[in-house]
Amino acid sequence: MDILHISTAGSVDDGKSTLIGRLLYDTRSITGDKLEAIEATSKRKGLDFTDLSLLTDGLIAEREQGITIDVAHIYFSTQKRKYIIADSPGHVEYTRNMITGASNASVSMILVDARKGVLEQTRRHFYIASLLRIRYVVICVNKMDLVNYDEQVFNEIKSAIQEIASRVGFEGQQLQFIPVAAKEGDNVVTASTHMPWYTGTNLLDFLEQCPVADYLATAPARFPVQYVIRPHSDEFHDFRGYAGKVVSGVFKKGDTVQVLPSGKTSVIRSIQVYDEETQQAAAPETAVITLNDEVDISRGNMLVKAGDHCPQLTELRATICWMEEQPMMAGKTFLLQHGVNRVKAKVTAVDTVLDIHSLETAEGKNSFALNDIGDIRLKLAKPVFADVYAENPENGSFILIDEFSNNTVAVGFVR
Amino acid sequence: MRKEIFPRELEHEAIFIMREVAAQFEKPAILFSGGKDSITLVRLAQKAFYPGKIPFPLLHIDTGHNFPETIEFRDWLVKETGATLIVRYVQDTIDQGKVREESGKYASRNVLQTQTLLDAIEELKLDACIGGARRDEEKARAKERVFSVRDSFGQWDSKQQRPELFDMLNGRISVGENVRVFPISNWTELDVWNYIREEKLQIPSIYFSHERPIIERDGLYWPYSEYLNTTEDEIPFTGKVRFRTVGDMTCTAAVLSDAYELDDVIGEIMAATISERGARIDDKRSEAAMEKRKKEGYF
Repeated sequence: MDILHISTAGSVDDGKSTLIGRLLYDTRSITGDKLEAIEATSKRKGLDFTDLSLLTDGLIAEREQGITIDVAHIYFSTQKRKYIIADSPGHVEYTRNMITGASNASVSMILVDARKGVLEQTRRHFYIASLLRIRYVVICVNKMDLVNYDEQVFNEIKSAIQEIASRVGFEGQQLQFIPVAAKEGDNVVTASTHMPWYTGTNLLDFLEQCPVADYLATAPARFPVQYVIRPHSDEFHDFRGYAGKVVSGVFKKGDTVQVLPSGKTSVIRSIQVYDEETQQAAAPETAVITLNDEVDISRGNMLVKAGDHCPQLTELRATICWMEEQPMMAGKTFLLQHGVNRVKAKVTAVDTVLDIHSLETAEGKNSFALNDIGDIRLKLAKPVFADVYAENPENGSFILIDEFSNNTVAVGFVR
Repeated sequence: MRKEIFPRELEHEAIFIMREVAAQFEKPAILFSGGKDSITLVRLAQKAFYPGKIPFPLLHIDTGHNFPETIEFRDWLVKETGATLIVRYVQDTIDQGKVREESGKYASRNVLQTQTLLDAIEELKLDACIGGARRDEEKARAKERVFSVRDSFGQWDSKQQRPELFDMLNGRISVGENVRVFPISNWTELDVWNYIREEKLQIPSIYFSHERPIIERDGLYWPYSEYLNTTEDEIPFTGKVRFRTVGDMTCTAAVLSDAYELDDVIGEIMAATISERGARIDDKRSEAAMEKRKKEGYF
């Protein structure tokens, strides 16, 4: 059984929580006692319907403010697959949470309130989905019941988003538009009887057939060494295994691999998953690899398949999202973590900062405030073995860590 | 052969997290309760470091109100896996006068164990504690990070959480801080059960149907024991039950069951209309009970 990771983005009141609640409810993923609890709460609030959004709005602060403020994870499954939804807030001040929620997603679900049409938030959500190169974007035009299920409204929103896509989208990105009334369930898991003009797929059917990361296998083979296993036991006296996760591509027993940064080559003697030997390991599997030769390898080194050239970068250009209250400008130093490899890094230049409202380059801005997105240059104390994000996303992102607060303060995408 | 239904991606993710713990921390431990989630953690740790041994001990906070079957199982598992076991007792914390036993019919040591855990973290200088909490258990847990930084009081601040991007984990902490690690964050109850089935893991006998004295209270069946304060009209009777989660005998409700085999247990769970934490009385105290306890250092 596979897993489909979905991130959602939407404004506070465009019905995102209700839509997710509807997905859970209609796939029978809600247990009886949880349903009773939200029925009781709905009644207490004087509502004449069961407020499905109560299923996902978790924290006390949120209940007080009536909005979602962090990334919540929601799970459900069908006969076909397991679903993980990262439900993040939509306000501009939560852009970092949205990027966090979207970072593991293969599908981005964007909600648009049919009455309001495309908002600044919609543009920003779409931009982030494109920045993270999320291949499938499903746009749910919600609250169709409040615009009399009008096809014209739907089509106008559709073309407005297609226009945005033509500017910030990327080749291979796939858009799906669905008119929805989440409160009533129209086109969520069943076809709507109110919108005969729409003959396309409903939301769940679309999600059920979305291919999961099938491009991983054809990507260049990358295996960052996470941990060296040396048991020193009688039975495994000379065992030296390199544990890690195949971040992209496939490694097979007998493959010639190159070790970075040393550049030495060797041949894969065995690939083990627990006590079983396997013939190959493919992304995103974890494995323990042993080599024919004794090579000096430690955590943070990278095995690549000979021929799958991997850049060794001590200087790099990246797009980052700044996630900290304190502003950031050129000259600052950080720890850069690429996968499991951590190196010291210095910001040598701030090239551009985006105006998050207009999505145009902000003139004359050379520092990053919370949630700002822009391009910088970095100098590293030691090399990282990273691909350009657009070419191999699995090996092209990093985080910046503040050495004093230890906080994760930025996410970056290698350009 | 049965078709595999456990999504193996979840196992790979958990093994990756286990290895990050070993690489990023100096003194980690697995918090072991004897329940199915912590049994799953032990299996994942075995897999993560094979053919090496699990490079950290198991820490059990013993409330003294455990099911005897759980303790028996714990000792068996430790022997079987060759893991190191450290036990710290809530009774000692009570004897030291640091906490006071609750009174009344809902008295349990569930809240008290937080102090024992914090003391153990300090005494053993643990910088990371691996726990079996899952995001699907409860709404407040749905926002929990995989690496969750706690201050020296063990407190969790839901607004100051580090962003976790892609699979990159940042375990850097200052002196006095520690990290709670949740490798099976993304598993659901059913995922755990399917994993136990596919891996053929042993679990304590109380997960299967058996006869034991129970009482009925608030529409739930409570295991009757010397630790449970009962009122006069709560008369124990014998029921055929099993437990969906393993907590203390004072705060874990039983469900009536005919499931003697794992397949039957899973069948009953899939058909059940009460969620797993619905059978944990400690969460029922208020709608926001879990979030409040988390802020105070509970797991």
